[in-house]
Amino acid sequence: MSDGWVPEIRPTDDMSAEERQRLVSSMRPEDAEPVPELHEVEVPDELKERIEAAMAKYPEVRSASLPALWAVQRHYGWCTPDGIRQAAAVMGVTPGYLESVATFYDLFRTGPVGRHHVLVCHNLACWLRGSEDVLDAFCEAAGVNADEVDHIGASSEDGEVYLKAFECLGACDIAPMASIDERYYGPLTPDDARTVIDQLRAGADPIPDKALFGRETAGGPEPEPDPRVKKGETNPVGPGREAEEATGG
Amino acid sequence: MASQTRMLFRHIDEPGLASIETYRSLGGYRALERALNDIEPDELLTTLEDSGLRGRGGAGFSMGKKASFLPRGEMEKFLCCNADESEPGAFKDRELMSKNPHQLIEGIIIAAASAGAGWAFIFIRGEYAQTADVLERAVEEAYRAGYIGENILDSGRRVELVVHRGAGAYICGEETALLDALEGKRGNPRLKPPFPAIQGLYGGPTLINNVETLSNVPHIVKNGADWFKSFGTEQSPGTKVVSVSGRVQRPGNYEVELGMPSRELIFGLAGGPFEGHKVKAWFPGGSSAPVLTAKELDLPYSFEAMAEAGSMLGSGSIIVADDTVSIPHLALRTARFYHHESCGKCTPCREGTNWTVKMLERVISGEATPMDLDVISSVQDNIIGHCLCVLGDSMAMPVGSMVAKFRDEFEAAIEAGRDAAPRPLDESPTDVKPVPLEAVR
Repeated sequence: MSDGWVPEIRPTDDMSAEERQRLVSSMRPEDAEPVPELHEVEVPDELKERIEAAMAKYPEVRSASLPALWAVQRHYGWCTPDGIRQAAAVMGVTPGYLESVATFYDLFRTGPVGRHHVLVCHNLACWLRGSEDVLDAFCEAAGVNADEVDHIGASSEDGEVYLKAFECLGACDIAPMASIDERYYGPLTPDDARTVIDQLRAGADPIPDKALFGRETAGGPEPEPDPRVKKGETNPVGPGREAEEATGG
Repeated sequence: MASQTRMLFRHIDEPGLASIETYRSLGGYRALERALNDIEPDELLTTLEDSGLRGRGGAGFSMGKKASFLPRGEMEKFLCCNADESEPGAFKDRELMSKNPHQLIEGIIIAAASAGAGWAFIFIRGEYAQTADVLERAVEEAYRAGYIGENILDSGRRVELVVHRGAGAYICGEETALLDALEGKRGNPRLKPPFPAIQGLYGGPTLINNVETLSNVPHIVKNGADWFKSFGTEQSPGTKVVSVSGRVQRPGNYEVELGMPSRELIFGLAGGPFEGHKVKAWFPGGSSAPVLTAKELDLPYSFEAMAEAGSMLGSGSIIVADDTVSIPHLALRTARFYHHESCGKCTPCREGTNWTVKMLERVISGEATPMDLDVISSVQDNIIGHCLCVLGDSMAMPVGSMVAKFRDEFEAAIEAGRDAAPRPLDESPTDVKPVPLEAVR
């Protein structure tokens, strides 16, 4: 910096926009995009409200960067450069910062993708139960390249389906499984995969009988409770008072 | 006959359990009332420590001891509930949160009150969108009922609770990476010490506990440490929700007393392998745990027994591989996961996971020599303990154990691959094709 200004090392959350601009330009003099001024960026009201609500929930504003990116993704379908810039303006951070966050996480899309998101688990438990065949059937039905699906994900030509092979989704009890538009389904067969793609294209609710939510636990109906558990439940006041009563009586 | 002991899973399929009315009608939130009005915070900490409750997220560290590490005094302290359940094979927290969110919320508020934390966060992985919706509704209900917020139940205590959704990164289950993600950054682990209990979220003292650990808290507060210790073994008291998956007949979550023979869990509850098959290898604590073999099926399922056998109980997730599974392929599938999830901050993990994947691919495609197995082992040895967090170790331990315990199978794979691979000279028969990487399962 020509004026000899040296940035002070401290959290940027309570800096003014001008201070931030100086800080950023001191780091990357040539190509830094400054914090966009809110009045220069047009932000859809709904998006702005969501981001501001998220900012109000945390003790520090920057914690809202994940919720803000979620809001952008919900609004535009993916984290568009414009959307990121708008969120940055609302939050008072640089677009580059939000972009660095967005590219770190697997669920944020930084390129345009198909409308329905299908994430097929191919981790250990699903792989042990045939997820590869299910994934192949998905790829074939959607008409997308399996290699791409394995790496960054791929969208069908009609723009209806975005398909990605995903690491463990945390539902190994219904392996092989997939997350379809943020809902869990399983166990899937290659036939299910073809049905799902057809149903998504037709705008229908996919395979409702394979939905995970509302399903009973694997251990079956409630067994007769252990006597110790039962004793705990009939103990309305806790051990301290029970002991007092016992000694008192 | 193997039996379940349901404490956390009690009434799990009761209709409407996720609502505050049903939860209260089954005795819910009484522990919180007791904790806030009748017990001093120090006494709460003592009870938790006396109960011997060990962290259910993987490390198995005493929960009460961890909470007592937080400095005393007037300062902003934080509690984070780690609900970023991403360990392959683990799905217990999902079921606990989706079906009984108030049990967790009650545990969080009690733990926050005992540690003096004014802010609590549930960091839930972004993939669990449906579960996060359930949690958010439950938190709202609890706010309205006065169990969260300012002056809880007229005790003068304040705890705010925020549900924070992650966005798909296994590394965020590591406690310091979780803190970075919660601060709105890329989820990279931090150097320890300082440990989060001293300097965590926003630089303040922070207590981080797993969903299942915190769900145990109301039961301990309500019934006392001695009651809790009547379950399980001396060093692993309590029950454990065990996720059993892989090649078994009835995969799912089973709540059992710790110390139950592993065979009873895998065969009695989960139904064992499919007709005509045998257990070949099993991960006792998620994909990060060194694999055990059929010989070790009779070990008791507890923290201490698993550690003695050279593995770990971890998050309590059993993945079973039967005799149809090729171990080199299993190793490759495991290594690929960690390679994908390595955040790239530390060189041994970033490069080591990559090399391991490449070497295992060579083993399977027939381009390796038996010496490569020694190289694989030495790479694993050089990852363990050399990074900021244990993600690299989590690959090195299972892959290293597979190479050590099933070395003959890796050697056979190398031989078979070499026989089948096309040779550069004309001597090879023309009708053999290279083995496709994923062909053997």
